[in-house]
Amino acid sequence: MTAENNITENVKPVLSINKWKFITWLFIITIVMLFASQTSAYLVRRAEGNWTEFEMPSIFYWSTSVLIVSSVLMFLAQRAAKSDDFGKLKTYIAGAFGFGTAFLVMQYIGWTQLQETGIYLKGNPSGSFLYILTGLHAFHLISGLVVLIFALVAAFRTRIHSKNLIQIEVCSTYWHFLDILWVYLFVFLLYFR
Amino acid sequence: MATVAAAHSDHAHDEHHDLGFIRSYIFSEDHKVIAKQYLISGIIWAIIGGLMSLVFRLQLGFPDMDLSWLKPILGEWVNESGKLDANFYLALVTMHGTIMVFFVLTAGLSGTFSNFLIPLQIGARDMASGFMNMLSYWFFFISSVIMFWSIFIETGPAGGGWVIYPPLSALAEANPGSGTGMTLWLVSMALFIVSSLLGGINYVTTVINLRTKGMTFDKMPLTIWAFTFTAILGILSFPVLLSAALLLIFDRSFGTSFYLSDIYINGQALPNQGGSPILFQHLFWFLGHPEVYIVILPALGLTSEIIATNSRKPIFGYKAMIFSMAGIMFLAFIVWAHHMFMTGMNPFLGSVFMLLTLIIAVPSAVKAFNYITTLWKGNIVFTPAMLFAIGLVSFFVSGGLTGIILGNSALDIQLHDTYFVVAHFHLVMGSAAFFGMIAGVYHWFPKMFGKMMNKTLGYVHFWASIIGVYLVFFPMHYIGIAGFPRRYYQWSGFEAFNTYADLNAFISVAAILTFGAQLIFVFNFIYSIFWGKKASANPWKSNTLEWTTPVNPGHGNWPGEIPTVYRWPYDYSKPGSESDFIPQNIPFSATPESNLPEENELIEEEKDIENIEYNYNIPD
Repeated sequence: MTAENNITENVKPVLSINKWKFITWLFIITIVMLFASQTSAYLVRRAEGNWTEFEMPSIFYWSTSVLIVSSVLMFLAQRAAKSDDFGKLKTYIAGAFGFGTAFLVMQYIGWTQLQETGIYLKGNPSGSFLYILTGLHAFHLISGLVVLIFALVAAFRTRIHSKNLIQIEVCSTYWHFLDILWVYLFVFLLYFR
Repeated sequence: MATVAAAHSDHAHDEHHDLGFIRSYIFSEDHKVIAKQYLISGIIWAIIGGLMSLVFRLQLGFPDMDLSWLKPILGEWVNESGKLDANFYLALVTMHGTIMVFFVLTAGLSGTFSNFLIPLQIGARDMASGFMNMLSYWFFFISSVIMFWSIFIETGPAGGGWVIYPPLSALAEANPGSGTGMTLWLVSMALFIVSSLLGGINYVTTVINLRTKGMTFDKMPLTIWAFTFTAILGILSFPVLLSAALLLIFDRSFGTSFYLSDIYINGQALPNQGGSPILFQHLFWFLGHPEVYIVILPALGLTSEIIATNSRKPIFGYKAMIFSMAGIMFLAFIVWAHHMFMTGMNPFLGSVFMLLTLIIAVPSAVKAFNYITTLWKGNIVFTPAMLFAIGLVSFFVSGGLTGIILGNSALDIQLHDTYFVVAHFHLVMGSAAFFGMIAGVYHWFPKMFGKMMNKTLGYVHFWASIIGVYLVFFPMHYIGIAGFPRRYYQWSGFEAFNTYADLNAFISVAAILTFGAQLIFVFNFIYSIFWGKKASANPWKSNTLEWTTPVNPGHGNWPGEIPTVYRWPYDYSKPGSESDFIPQNIPFSATPESNLPEENELIEEEKDIENIEYNYNIPD
């Protein structure tokens, strides 16, 4: 592939960053802006008073740790790919996917817990915001899982190896970002109840 | 990331591709085809948006007129006695604003010229991701179809103004247009935002990653700088609009109360409690203000290029232009509340936003002066593109001055939501950006279609347009000062306003004539594509890289190697040089007669530039 590129493609990127990584970062910036606007709307609205306070569902503490574990597994998978350790790569990436899915299920359980305590999507904006923020995050996490599935399939077909790391790097950047985003949201929601 | 894998097989641009009609012209990944798709969609939308403005201008200028003759088109919206339906009037105003701001001046302008010029001017084979680029257009297309569809539904399209403030837009009972029309508006805009983000991410990535050898940032044409800043503005602000729209969708369809509180309809209280409509305005204008720069910056970039080329002079203050655009971009994010002086905000906060707003006058004035000083003592070639570019500068100055007036929170109390505001933004944003777009079409038409547009028709189009635009929008300032509020169906209920009835009629006649002049352009555009004179490769004797391609650049843009860049793009009329322009790909070693001392030193570096070896270990 590289030899062929040498002949046919004279102009390569001036900066030595892969364009897909760059696109991923720009995409992350748009998501950051989306959540920044949501959380600042939350703060502006909260400052106006008439704000119902309620306990965060206990399962959210557990789901946070599950997502962190998933992120760690993703990191290990990337390291395994770098050293061409395919057995470990497959185990870790499948683990990351499994824990990611478990996180989604736990978020759903969290919603049912919320409804048991009488907090619904309708009603005081404090509750509505919680559903919107967790829902938006879950939506992005599903998109992350889709990216992860592609990487998973590629890993099982041994298309990810130390010479071809772009896909797993892009995937893990996005996955870590979604993890950090959730931790931010969780801490934010705990602090500004 | 299937596309990551797909990109590996994307090689050998010089090969002859025979993709068939559908892949070449409809679902094309070629940036030039996508640019033309955006341009033609933009022109169609501009005609629709323009015709809408004529209908409500007839209503405003001639409130007693019998509009029965419009029944074949408008149907039930014109009642038995030939009067336009008042709710439909609001819908027309809303759709005119939405179409012009988003579909014509964002998608039609940025979409066309960013796509067309970025790869050609930086020396790239195509965009970073052709697939994302294609997706971007087709999201825009679906969004267009939905918006177009909404015009024909029984309750009419959205009617809350293009700013769709809740609670009006949140409650279906508020206005017929707040029902299905509003839902379709929101869906359409959500798709439009996706399209803009896909496009913007692609533009920035391409500019950062795919520049040719020697194309350092200080040698980039100002057009590319403008498109990059525009794309960054879009990437940062469109997600916020999505946020605002999302919460509105939840309020409308799922019973939440983000924007609704204490509302009674016919004496019945709504269950919604605890929302804040002002919250929507903050979110909306955080996009809404950058949006006006998303509209004007590409037009300014195109103008920089056209004015320098046709003045046969280097652009005055190249770096000042870049820094002022960067300044405008930065300030765009911290002035949004000047649209909200009347929402009862803290006067101290208002004065902070007023100060920040007035600071925008500084970079804007720098740009205006730089255009004028570039023209000064230039060897001006008055092509139609040049005339439109000069027209843009004229509107930018005359419309910008009223911005200083409106930016003062104390003066805004009087002028808020009057026709003064309408006149201001139609000149500085609407007409200026529109002129920039038209100038761009005249200038780059030879590269897009390999033909020349008819010059004489271009001159007629220009003079009719610039006179027409001033005749429409200049009197509007007086109507605004007299206190006419915008978005009113008619003013006949107010005795004091009757004195201005003739002025309103005058504006309407001028608007009709100005619109008629645009048909000359549409004719010229279509005629020239098929039967225009054949263009040469570089008809305007311009320096930038797109003019080094063949007359009809094929897939991959350059048949051989991509040219290497050695100098900035504005070496026009350089003392000592025989030719009055030296393209960017001519090395300094080839022009010893015109080199400045510091440029002679750069000759040694040319070998280094040519020998740049890209790191092939980075796959793409």
